Amino acid sequence: MIDTLINQRVKSIQPSGIRKFFDIVSQMKDVISLGVGEPDFLTPWHVRDEAIYQLEKGRTTYTSNSGLLELRQEICHYLYNQYELKYNPNDEVLITVGASEAIDLAIRAVIEPGDEVLIPEPSYVSYSPCVILAGGTPVAIRTTEETEFRLTAEDVEECITPRSKILILPYPNNPTGAIMEKDDLKAIVDVLKKHNILIVSDEIYSELTYGTKHVSIASFEEVYDQTLVINGFSKAFAMTGWRLGYAAGPKSLIAVMTKIHQYAIMCTPTISQYAAIEALRNGMENVRCMVEEYDRRRKLLVHGFRKMGLDCFEPKGAFYVFPSIKSLGLSSEEFCDKLLYEAKVAVVPGNAFGKCGEGHVRISYAYSVETLEKALERIGEFVQKYKK
Amino acid sequence: MQEKILELIENNSRLTPEQIAVMLGIKEEEVCAEIKKMEENQTIAGYMAIIDWEKTKKETVTALIEVKVTPQRGLGFDKIAERIYQYPEVKSVYLMSGGYDLCVIVEGKTMKDVALFVSQRLALLDSVISTATHFVLKKYKDHGIIFNGKSKDERAAIWL
Repeated sequence: MIDTLINQRVKSIQPSGIRKFFDIVSQMKDVISLGVGEPDFLTPWHVRDEAIYQLEKGRTTYTSNSGLLELRQEICHYLYNQYELKYNPNDEVLITVGASEAIDLAIRAVIEPGDEVLIPEPSYVSYSPCVILAGGTPVAIRTTEETEFRLTAEDVEECITPRSKILILPYPNNPTGAIMEKDDLKAIVDVLKKHNILIVSDEIYSELTYGTKHVSIASFEEVYDQTLVINGFSKAFAMTGWRLGYAAGPKSLIAVMTKIHQYAIMCTPTISQYAAIEALRNGMENVRCMVEEYDRRRKLLVHGFRKMGLDCFEPKGAFYVFPSIKSLGLSSEEFCDKLLYEAKVAVVPGNAFGKCGEGHVRISYAYSVETLEKALERIGEFVQKYKK
Repeated sequence: MQEKILELIENNSRLTPEQIAVMLGIKEEEVCAEIKKMEENQTIAGYMAIIDWEKTKKETVTALIEVKVTPQRGLGFDKIAERIYQYPEVKSVYLMSGGYDLCVIVEGKTMKDVALFVSQRLALLDSVISTATHFVLKKYKDHGIIFNGKSKDERAAIWL
């Protein structure tokens, strides 16, 4: 009965085929999981302490729909200091429930039924469903190992049609760890400035780059007015459970997104907003330490996989490596299945992030060095067995 | 580069030279050579494990003793510090600013052991003016490690 009431678009979104795999993982014992997409660090103590203090002070009421002005001001300072981006805290920034909400809002604010959204693949899993729910059509742009999973201007241009309304730019990338450097972005900018297309730049991993500083596409004047920057506190400040992100962009777009946000969410959790102010004011040294630690683990893993004889391009961002398992003659899902049952290590099949992720697996290094070493040992023995 | 190596092994002295080399992007031989050099010039003074003895059957007590002394002409506090740190039951000796001069950390099997050490050895030294002994009741955190501080990984096994 209820079934007939369910919205067709929601119905059309299939639960991921690898859901079953996840269920098995969570029930097995002695499994080392390298499958988690969130930091292993706890939120730094000074941030937690500040939140406790603010609770004691009784900060338990709503804030303005856009979020605390004080926080929006801190975010604008931060975006300017780190990425040379200028935004007005009064009407060009919106605080959201994680970067996830910001993605959904941006898509809902723009997309009419039939509109197309260009999404590089492999990439994070929420873009397509958000587009479908909004009545739009996701259009995948393949990226490959040959270009270190960077997005090329040619590929973007090829996918643009009169119905294209948004390009999602998810770099540093989950699951590949790919980044876009200034020159890569410049090429994309030259294409997009000729089109009336919104760039939604999901920069949630922007602090986690190695050997090179993140560049935001919004720092290119030519496309500043057609770019929405999305970021948050989950990855850089190890604050996933606080659910806090933000969007910064053109005033008229932020206003529309705020309208949806105001009716659907009202405002983000007040206590998280105070915690985020503390994180931005006094947390950058902690970020630096975490990045240094991630970098060491990243090098250990890349070295480990290459030593096993697997192709593994060097990811320069996020906290994932994305080695190729094609040489073993197994599909991504077969590899992950067998690895789980035979070696008790859980990793995520690359095709969970789009078809062109096939032949790869995503391995997270948001784990201690001891855990990573133990896992590498198990994976090494497993790979040895299947190598031809 | 030496400092980078030291920072790594200060937190985990069981890292292999290969691991250190990979993490820092240098050659394994270079790591070995640097470590050897630092062992020889005693920059690396030793290697130890951090043990929560409460988890074992072994009985130990730790005391922190504030010691006031008369510094000696020409030798300052060094001579008296040496006379104190030579005792094997003394685990640490620090020269302090503030209300007293030397902070002496002593370990013994029983409180009586420690009391005897203070009354029959430490207090009798010529330059020692006074002592104040504080027994450690519980160690929460030592050398940066929180005892019983490892919590279970509460994250879901898979999260995209």
